[in-house]
Amino acid sequence: MFKRWHVLLLSVLFITVLAACSGDNDNGNSSNGDSDVVTIKYWQYEFASKVDLMDELIKEFEEANPGIKVEQTTFPYDNYNEQVAAQVPAGKGPDVINLFYGWVPSYVDAGYLQPLPQEDFPHDEIEAEFFPLVQATKMDGEYWTIPTAVRTAALFYNKDLFEEAGLDPNSPPETWEELADYAVKLTKKDGDRLEQSGMAWEPAQQGHHWLRDGLTYQAGGEVLSEDRKTVVWGDSDAGLEAFKYWLSFPTELGTSEVGFYTDDVTAFMTGKAAMNVDGSFRLGTLQRDAENLNYAVAPMPGKDGIQSTNASFWTNGITKDVEGEKLEASIKFLKFLTSQDVMERWLDATGELPAKEEVAMQDKYVNDELYGPFINSLPFANAHFFVDETKERELVIDAANKVLLEGMDVEEAFNELVEKTQALYDEYWGDK
Amino acid sequence: MSQSVEKKKKASFFQKVRTNYRYQQLLFVYICLILPILFYLGIRILPTLFTFNVGFRDWNLLSSGPHPLVGLDNYIALFKDEVFIKSIVNTLIYIVVGVIGQLAFGMIVALLLHRINKFVGFFRVIYFIPYVTSIVAISWVFQWILMKNGIINDILINLGLPPQPFLNSPDQAIYVIIGAMIWQAIGFQMVLFLAGLENIPQMLYEAADIDGATPWQKFWKVTVPLLNPTIVFSAVIGTINFIQVSFTQVINMSMDGSGGPLHSTITVVVYIYQLAFRQFDLGLASAATVILFLFILGLTLFQMKVLTRKFDY
Repeated sequence: MFKRWHVLLLSVLFITVLAACSGDNDNGNSSNGDSDVVTIKYWQYEFASKVDLMDELIKEFEEANPGIKVEQTTFPYDNYNEQVAAQVPAGKGPDVINLFYGWVPSYVDAGYLQPLPQEDFPHDEIEAEFFPLVQATKMDGEYWTIPTAVRTAALFYNKDLFEEAGLDPNSPPETWEELADYAVKLTKKDGDRLEQSGMAWEPAQQGHHWLRDGLTYQAGGEVLSEDRKTVVWGDSDAGLEAFKYWLSFPTELGTSEVGFYTDDVTAFMTGKAAMNVDGSFRLGTLQRDAENLNYAVAPMPGKDGIQSTNASFWTNGITKDVEGEKLEASIKFLKFLTSQDVMERWLDATGELPAKEEVAMQDKYVNDELYGPFINSLPFANAHFFVDETKERELVIDAANKVLLEGMDVEEAFNELVEKTQALYDEYWGDK
Repeated sequence: MSQSVEKKKKASFFQKVRTNYRYQQLLFVYICLILPILFYLGIRILPTLFTFNVGFRDWNLLSSGPHPLVGLDNYIALFKDEVFIKSIVNTLIYIVVGVIGQLAFGMIVALLLHRINKFVGFFRVIYFIPYVTSIVAISWVFQWILMKNGIINDILINLGLPPQPFLNSPDQAIYVIIGAMIWQAIGFQMVLFLAGLENIPQMLYEAADIDGATPWQKFWKVTVPLLNPTIVFSAVIGTINFIQVSFTQVINMSMDGSGGPLHSTITVVVYIYQLAFRQFDLGLASAATVILFLFILGLTLFQMKVLTRKFDY
């Protein structure tokens, strides 16, 4: 006789195996039998203040549009792309997705996004209302994504350390010369060893953006040609001039060091670095983790009257297979996300700046002590068109390291940087 | 005719299962044993085989479209890629220096612990703690200790020595990371070697004493040959381990978080990760994985052949 518990155990095992094999629990397309309710899936990366705000916004959106439900899913920043990569080919991806603008070309390239429908998002309207930097995700004559908010970079400085060095904390540096001068005055050394850095300097963080979108333009140069196919960084002397100035901080001026107190943010937060180039998104971090830090923000120092800074943004797109009712719902949701009201609340909750000029340039924001400098930088902000953000960043880091660690000639390192960046663009456009 | 015979056979098998308790037991045991095999097939073997397939294709991780066969293109691209070559060379350095260091220090600690009678448990715990501590936490502590303004450089300066860049130097960084990995693995190696030492009969040492062997001779002629199986096992496990865990440490200890400065600390595993999940090139990443697979296979066979020697009591 087969013992009863054997049968029981075997059947349990059998069912487990079956369940494990079938796997596909169909929660995804659950319209819950309610034929008139459309559910769309929205993905963004895990960033507490954004997730909380989005929960609120979704609730309001659903109340205003009874036929639509929005499900929010979030993943940690570090493996956001992995999750997308793993789930999208399996057909479990989102309908509306929040992406870093630098990733958009890869996504478009992979055929994963659909262009924003022109009847709902007319190009002339986008170009009239939004800051021109949103064009970084305009490709093949189409807008593929549209942001709620943008971020710019500016100069953070420590007021206490300014006073200590005999500098006026209310007149931050405005030119290249002043910045270098201030940095030297704010540096403390014990023999060869840096004890306080006048200017935090980290190519791996915002440093590479500062070089590309800030210094290069300030010197009168450009990184990319109009059609985004040629790297014109090295065509005039401006590129090299910017690169040399950028590198003068850890070399001739001796005010900076890579990895000083592990990274620029930590060094600035702990009062070990007096100035740092960083994005508006850092305001939240500083408010939370460095309450007692007495700091202020100033627009990025320029050269010969030319100002320029880096901008970046997270932006929303619609994935390729969305159609019919879902597409309509997704468009409504995107319009909601780019409305004035949401933009204003987005700034309050996350510190990211409104992407529409009219909303951003209101007096209450322009005159704000902390947000003001970032908002005022928007008109001259650039968002570099990346074909491969990771690689382009790495090339800048490598160029800096070759000079700093291997003693390579600055000009040679710069030429190699331009050449290798061009190779990336050639590869990208090669199969178009 | 033959059909009915077969039927009879089948029937008799089921008959047996139904009537014979012993058969029931066996059947149950086999079914239980098969489950992990199914799991292993699905989670390990099939994906491994699939990797070989992907390695011959142009496969963008984000695209759901067709993935055309490109023959050996991925392999050729890899061998032209200086970063990949660098990662292979680095991996070899990690293994050679790391495994030898691990074995040497593990054995030294084990021999010392084997000698003492008091506080044995205490020391074992002390040496084993790093092995069970979070790699990420350890990596960051090392980063802080070793930074330019860190405590080690303070000590160096107080001794009148020049401060060192450590992790920020393309020449030193890899050895600093290997050092941290060795330090962390000593505990595990120590346990293996202690077990090995316990198994060496005491009478052999007594016999060596009678023959007038020096401690040095006893170590080389008695201890080492008899520890050979442990050494081989440790070396193989250590090697595979080193290839696998050289990921977490490198990511957390290198200056730019991806095997820098100037790729001086990048390993094949880190590079595979970057290819697949940062550049979304699954074809290249799979090709690199296949190369790594062959590399580990070759290395293991080599170790088995060279390090295993027959021994007799």
